[in-house]
Amino acid sequence: MNFDYNEEQQLLADSVRRYLAKAYDFESRKKIVAGQGWSAEAWAQFAEMGLMGLPLSAEHGGFGGGAVDLMGVMEAFGEALVVEPYLPLVLAVRLIERGGSAAQREALPRVVEGKTRLAFAHNEKGARFALDAVRTQASRKDGRWRLDGEKAAVVGASSADQLVVSARAQESNEAGIALFLVDTGKVSLQTYRTMDERLASDVVLRGADAEPVEGGLGALGEALDLGTALVCAEAVGAMKFACDTTLEYLKTRKQFGVPIGTFQALQHRIVDLYISLEQARSMACLAASKADAGGDPRSISAAKIRIADAARHVSQEAVQLHGGMGMSEELKVSHAFRRLTVLAREFGDADHHLARFAAL
Amino acid sequence: MDLNYSAEELAFRDEVRAWLRANLPQDLREKVENYQHLSRDDLMRWHRTLAKKGWVAPAWPKEWGGTGWNVVQRYIFDEELGYAGTPPIIPFGITMCAAVLLRFGTEAQKKRFLPRIYDGDDFWCQGYSEPGSGSDLASLKSKAVRQGDHYVVNGQKIWTTLAHYADWIFCLVRTDPTLEKRQEGISFLLMDMKTPGITVRPLILMDGAHEVNEVFFDDVKVPVENLVHEEGKGWTVAKYLLGHERMNTGRVGESRRQLARLKEYARGMMQDPRWRDRLSRLEVELTALEITNLRFLDRMRRTGQPPGADVSMLKIKGTEIQQGLAELMMDATDPAASDPLAEAVRKRYLSMRKTTIYAGSNEIQRNIIAKMTLGL
Repeated sequence: MNFDYNEEQQLLADSVRRYLAKAYDFESRKKIVAGQGWSAEAWAQFAEMGLMGLPLSAEHGGFGGGAVDLMGVMEAFGEALVVEPYLPLVLAVRLIERGGSAAQREALPRVVEGKTRLAFAHNEKGARFALDAVRTQASRKDGRWRLDGEKAAVVGASSADQLVVSARAQESNEAGIALFLVDTGKVSLQTYRTMDERLASDVVLRGADAEPVEGGLGALGEALDLGTALVCAEAVGAMKFACDTTLEYLKTRKQFGVPIGTFQALQHRIVDLYISLEQARSMACLAASKADAGGDPRSISAAKIRIADAARHVSQEAVQLHGGMGMSEELKVSHAFRRLTVLAREFGDADHHLARFAAL
Repeated sequence: MDLNYSAEELAFRDEVRAWLRANLPQDLREKVENYQHLSRDDLMRWHRTLAKKGWVAPAWPKEWGGTGWNVVQRYIFDEELGYAGTPPIIPFGITMCAAVLLRFGTEAQKKRFLPRIYDGDDFWCQGYSEPGSGSDLASLKSKAVRQGDHYVVNGQKIWTTLAHYADWIFCLVRTDPTLEKRQEGISFLLMDMKTPGITVRPLILMDGAHEVNEVFFDDVKVPVENLVHEEGKGWTVAKYLLGHERMNTGRVGESRRQLARLKEYARGMMQDPRWRDRLSRLEVELTALEITNLRFLDRMRRTGQPPGADVSMLKIKGTEIQQGLAELMMDATDPAASDPLAEAVRKRYLSMRKTTIYAGSNEIQRNIIAKMTLGL
């Protein structure tokens, strides 16, 4: 039993935090969001720190990191409300490493260097969180695969060079789901800003050239469980920020001549926020450990249930305890609110995971 | 990061589990499992079984009968007792009075009381709360006046758990009412319950059970050698007890057993998604508490520091979960059923409402976290 990060994990998390504190403070983030929506400079720095290679084995230029290794990074990203699409890249490279062709895998070192950007296109309209509700069609003609269909709300598609896409194929395993790698140049994108200020795209595939990536429903399920575990860690970071900034506000904001933190009605509520945060952190540890130990969908769902509930509790109370200022775009807490609202639902909301938890 | 017990810790858990399986008497196990009343004899029979094995007071120093287990082993042991469904070890002697004597008692006091606590010869109760002093304990009014080699005690305690079983009571009393700082005039006294002038009156709670009492003191003569620590230092003693190791306050093992029992009892309801969601959310909450508890334990083992105010979190979540489980169990009873188990389950729901009130209400626990951890 040991709940601490090891030295390497701690050093990495610390260096990410230091960089973000210096170059990704709230004002810098505002500029990034108001500009092109992601920062090439930050992306290059992430690559420089080795983050792109973190989830890859040494064979592909990486460091062989698992979910626990990624946890500290995700927490730091959560605290700083990083908008760059790092998690979609993690899932995409994992899938390619697992089932990509020799040529696809040989291209991974360029991803590690930050030169090639990847994203993960699985969601479709109306599927909500169902794993196998894929309608995009894959067909093979003259030895070439082509994809037809629409992927929705693909985070990071507009800045990506290639997408890992799930599609339904006749010649494939399990429920007919297969994975493909597609150049973004071969698809049309309709890009918009999500409610938490990231860039997402609806992706239209019309006979788009695609290269198969081995792996069906099983690989997809693993990737989504890893994603679930990692958004749990990211949410813990965002909640930590929301709790800390709210505590600070209670200590400094004065009404009736005293700091509002002297009021017991508010003290008990912020104590409950910290309890929620600690319970959520415990479950994020569980989810990451289980993801590394080969997956345990029931535990990962348990974690997401608790974290989704905590994310709503913490974000809503953080805004309430800030009063009118909590509603204002000028304070970071309202941006944390937006991010936490989305994190609560990413990779399945509490209801989805409750159903899965009870069925397992 | 590694969330699992080590191989040695697992072996220890298995040893405890196997011993409990072999040595917990069937009749006691069934009483606990079916939420039946436990008599003084039931409690003491189990106490003596553990004492004979040498396991009744693991946290004590070895010279007084402790096991020498580390904090993780002690935690595992406590959780296994809860998981197995043993009668409780009543904490007033083994955990509370003994901790005070070991820290503040004279050699004579230790020799006189500790072996009898260990063997279960003396049953202890705790005289803290008074009618006007609940959460505001320092406002207590029961007073002790020094007369020669005795104190003469007058006043009243309330909510005194199992006073009707007790041979001894440890009390906070006011020895100096003149001091401006009211915490400074308090002393910690030990009293033989057979002393003339002590009267115990039952207070029946809403489940109909007799568990707590009022205790009246009417010119009760207490020898001065029964004062623990110095006169006027009772508040220091009380604070020490509050800060004493409280790793088991979450009662995860006990709640795990209740959860398994509930799932079995409510088997027929699992198809109802409304029921399933209530049950699942509670199970998730319990899992989170379990890991939070282990995180605190891990921190304590490695820093050697006793848990700080954060441990109040374990009390808050632990009792909320215990109540949640009792409520679900009650809701699972057939509304038309009046069998003994259904009746016991309903009474338990009533009884468990006390858990968020006793041992420092959950509101007081939140005050503690706000002040000590968050600096408010």
